[in-house]
Amino acid sequence: MATRVIGKSVPRKEGREKVTGRAKYVDDLKFPGMIFGATVRSPVARGRILGIHFEPGIPWEEFTVVTAKDIPGKNCVALLIDDQPCLAAEFVNHPEEPVVLLAHPDKYLLEEARRAVRIEIEPLPTVFSMDDSLARKHVIWGTDNIFKSYQVNKGHVDAALREADLIVEGTYETGAQEQLYIEPQGMIAQANAEEGVTVWGSLQCPYYVHKALVVLFGLPKDRVRVVQAETGGGFGGKEEYPSMIAAHAALLAWKSGKPVKIIYDRAEDMVATTKRHPSRTKHRTAVTRDGKLMAMDIDFTLDGGAYETLSPVVLSRGTIHAAGPYNCPNVRIRSRAVATNAPPHGAFRGFGAPQSVFALERHLDRVADAVGLAPDKFRRRNFIHQGETISVGQVIQEKVDMERLMNRAFELSGYYVKRKRFATENPGRIIRKGIGFASFFHGAGFTGSGEEHLASEVAAEATRDGRVRVMAASTEMGQGTNTIFSQIAGDVLGIDQEQIEIVQPDTANVPNSGPTVASRTSMIVGKLVETAALEIRGKLVNGGYLAHEYSAAEFAEACRRYSERTGPLASFVKYEHPRDLLWDDERYEGHAYGAYAWAVYVVEVSVDMRTAEVRVDDFVAVQEVGKVINPVLAAGQIEGGVAQGIGIALYENVVWQEGRMVNGQMTNYIMPTSMDVPSIRVYFEEIPYERGPAGAKGIGELPLDGTAPAIANAISHATGANITRVPVTPEVLSELLEGVHA
Amino acid sequence: MPDRAKKIRVRCTLNGNSVTLDAYPMARLLDVLRDEAGLTGAKEGCGEGECGACCIELDGELVNSCLVPALQAEGATIRTIEGLASGENLHGVQQAFITYGGAQCGICTPGMVLAAVNLLKRKPHATETEIREGLSGNLCRCTGYTKIFAAVMAACRDMDRTVEN
Amino acid sequence: MRTSLPSYELIAPENLSAALEMLAQEPGVWKPFAGGTDLMVLLEAGKLPHRKFVNIWKLPELRPIEVSPESLAIGALSTYTEIQRNEILQCEFPLLCRAASETGGIATQNRGTLGGNIANASPAADSPPALLVYDAEVELISLKGTRRLPYRDFHTGYKKMELRNDELIWRIHLDRTLKQRKEYYRKVGTRRAQAISKICFAAAASVEKGRIDDVRIALGSIAPTVLRAAETEKTLRGERLSSPLLTAAQVSLGREILPIDDMRSTAVYRRRVAQNLLAEFFDVMSS
Repeated sequence: MATRVIGKSVPRKEGREKVTGRAKYVDDLKFPGMIFGATVRSPVARGRILGIHFEPGIPWEEFTVVTAKDIPGKNCVALLIDDQPCLAAEFVNHPEEPVVLLAHPDKYLLEEARRAVRIEIEPLPTVFSMDDSLARKHVIWGTDNIFKSYQVNKGHVDAALREADLIVEGTYETGAQEQLYIEPQGMIAQANAEEGVTVWGSLQCPYYVHKALVVLFGLPKDRVRVVQAETGGGFGGKEEYPSMIAAHAALLAWKSGKPVKIIYDRAEDMVATTKRHPSRTKHRTAVTRDGKLMAMDIDFTLDGGAYETLSPVVLSRGTIHAAGPYNCPNVRIRSRAVATNAPPHGAFRGFGAPQSVFALERHLDRVADAVGLAPDKFRRRNFIHQGETISVGQVIQEKVDMERLMNRAFELSGYYVKRKRFATENPGRIIRKGIGFASFFHGAGFTGSGEEHLASEVAAEATRDGRVRVMAASTEMGQGTNTIFSQIAGDVLGIDQEQIEIVQPDTANVPNSGPTVASRTSMIVGKLVETAALEIRGKLVNGGYLAHEYSAAEFAEACRRYSERTGPLASFVKYEHPRDLLWDDERYEGHAYGAYAWAVYVVEVSVDMRTAEVRVDDFVAVQEVGKVINPVLAAGQIEGGVAQGIGIALYENVVWQEGRMVNGQMTNYIMPTSMDVPSIRVYFEEIPYERGPAGAKGIGELPLDGTAPAIANAISHATGANITRVPVTPEVLSELLEGVHA
Repeated sequence: MPDRAKKIRVRCTLNGNSVTLDAYPMARLLDVLRDEAGLTGAKEGCGEGECGACCIELDGELVNSCLVPALQAEGATIRTIEGLASGENLHGVQQAFITYGGAQCGICTPGMVLAAVNLLKRKPHATETEIREGLSGNLCRCTGYTKIFAAVMAACRDMDRTVEN
Repeated sequence: MRTSLPSYELIAPENLSAALEMLAQEPGVWKPFAGGTDLMVLLEAGKLPHRKFVNIWKLPELRPIEVSPESLAIGALSTYTEIQRNEILQCEFPLLCRAASETGGIATQNRGTLGGNIANASPAADSPPALLVYDAEVELISLKGTRRLPYRDFHTGYKKMELRNDELIWRIHLDRTLKQRKEYYRKVGTRRAQAISKICFAAAASVEKGRIDDVRIALGSIAPTVLRAAETEKTLRGERLSSPLLTAAQVSLGREILPIDDMRSTAVYRRRVAQNLLAEFFDVMSS
């Protein structure tokens, strides 16, 4: 049998293509007769479209022009609901909302033309803040501006608050964050009434795009085809938005009869596509005098932008994570996602949890302070254990040991010594040091009954020469999907990595394994891959074609004989939701996630008191993840996530003006460079999750939850400033320091 | 409509080959390489010289090809990522990126690899600090840079050993 | 890319004379194009109003760094990389080398030029404060001949400068006889590399037994042009280093600079940090 590869750092399958520049991303693809597409967008945040004017000086007869009238099916980008138009027809509700599409073979002339389309809009009153939206200053969506709201009720919060020894309150805010994948969004489409619609592009979820195009064109499912090109980063930013750009490219292709390529430049990508939802969380926490949590009353609001898109789901995850991995008998969480006249906010790794966990972990440091306990002592007194319930009533069945993770993280980072030493040495110093932590968890897979509704499917087949092809809709975008699936299949089948092909996600060739999001790819889809491989192996062994132990050559021979004597050697597996995972959508309680990854992150910072600049000096990330399938890939996920979290904490700031992002350039929207990120030290623990492949749980989003609050806590330790918002820019910190040290 | 400039013919050495490319004089060298020469390894990440995804070597120096006008490539020696490996033999830095996980989504990788190669050419014994500084013009959103440094340090060590041998 | 490329012309003149002729023939119509690190960004954003450019990159007369016993002439086309590699500059004009090392990343430094930086006239430029501290002189050239003026007088307002339409920046002169300096340079940017400056502080002083004999202070990103803090210098010149002196100088500096709020930073922050950097410079002078 081939050596076991699960747990080994097998090099990524597509590595060679990537380091030689041979990997083809969507903008690298050329089709014969291909023309270019561009989008003309609303200059105002809200209004009624009075007219579209095509200025003279452009040979308009050479152009393909598409407006809402040209849409064959339903003018919407179908997602949870159908409120978002593909092209604005009568009203616009956010700046940069798409109104007109143009296509032409000359991309320079196309740009001139784009500037020569004038959209005449009669402005309508706008809402730009969560407060104005909640107050219904104007109703801009539905009847009350609220996309969705939830209420979680555990125990009796009001009674507990009345009887509390001590109540600590705090309000915390996070801003928007741009995913900033280095490859901007792009699509190529080919479409006509006879053959249907095909798109190739940078995307995470082929079947989301598929569904949107089916609705947009009113075509049967088998006449729409979506192919994932090599994708240069997604992070959620290419979860739902690609449906929009695919729709645009397809409409232009439909009308022109030619293949159409639309590639956004960075400026357009930044201002027009989704961002992480801004948030505000209010905490009222009741504790006993000796630091036991008695009640958490949490109010959580997300700014959803102009259309619903995925806000209910982001809200859901943020809500469920809002009370953290703690054992608190009384928890109430009231949450809502509200509409504003900004481009809709959307999926970004973490998906609501980074927002609510920032608030919680920052707040608990303050609660600890209020009862006179060190922050870690306070957490230890309240960590959840196996058999206890979280906010939504889920009984934690895993063997969770947060204390152990904390001990390990503190030892590796020198936490106790530094905590004391910095406090002693800081006074009077220009460079002050701080060390802080966050303790948190992240549920893997879709919430509640989500995985059941997704009903994901995976197929596999063995060719007659012993090659195994795995067909899943999960996309590789750097996180290692192809390699992980290959390792899983390889270990089950006992064959070499080179014998396994992970088929390019193409809705014509792969079943719907669900979207590549929610930290579900290894855990949920990987498990289906494992099962599909087991079925193939089973057919061979049970059919007498193979002994229990065999060589790679014997496997190939067995496949040949099977296909000659029996027929195609294939398997098809569908997700089955475990019967004991019950979730009540109405009461919002029950088994929220199949498994959680648990973590403690410790960060050491230096603060320059003269400039209020913060530098991250050391970062220790300890997490329990079930099983590490590929150590290099897994560590890479944590390191990359931590870097994005450092961005949330210190650098990434969207500057808004009337609903539009005005710093939409990489010069002005700052992500960390190699000089801004320390060596990130990553450590894993493994308590296998029996429903995960080889015991693996999901980890992709985990690091986004704990990084920013750990940094905020460290800054607080260094300076005494109470950090309540991120990003902690030097300007913000400078004001806080004036307050503390005046 | 404003006057239209005429395309010019730019003669240069591209990955060891003499080529003549047709381009508008202000066309970005990035686009000329991608569209005219069919070398799509260099990528557009930002169009403003901030991300380094378009990095190439121009007369031996690392430059952002999105900021070089085609006219200035006349007579130049250009190396793109496609010119780094010798046939199927990868450059040490490329191999290290595979071994150490320096590439995730891969979009920054061509620019990052060239930046690393260029750095090690100038500083064969680069320290981790020098690597951090040397690569600070290349943004990566996926890796958090840690494994990129590991790869470059490893390549540095291996190249030292090769030279010694 | 948001631009209609064919409407831009870029012509390569045979030599410097030919370039100067083009500038002289149709004043204001042709603009010089050096390394492109500023102009190409504008082009791609669709914000480059000029359409006709003269390529001056590689004109040999504009390149060299010429050294003589008492002065140094930096060719306008010297790149940031070339500046950092020059041993005399490293030794005698370290603030300029520091500035060059903090301008963009290596790829930018290989193509950005000192002349281009000056001509772009951004108040946030990194090298100009160092040039002001060194009392640099700019030498301009046209068909009519050459002329020299103190760099201090070169920028007359936001993006306005003493450069006629028919002139090129030829060389930047530095005086090698200025010696025995306590020098200080700090750029506070949006992050630790590839950062636009929020505030830039360059300073040099001769301090003899605790007394400031001479001092020069220049700042960037706190006014419509780079600024020589002449009033603050007056407060310090001839005085003994002391805590009250620092306070007085900080007050003077706070009044002398004109920071604004913009998408990168705030006036309040810039002012406070400028004053704090002055304190840091005091530490340097006291050491």
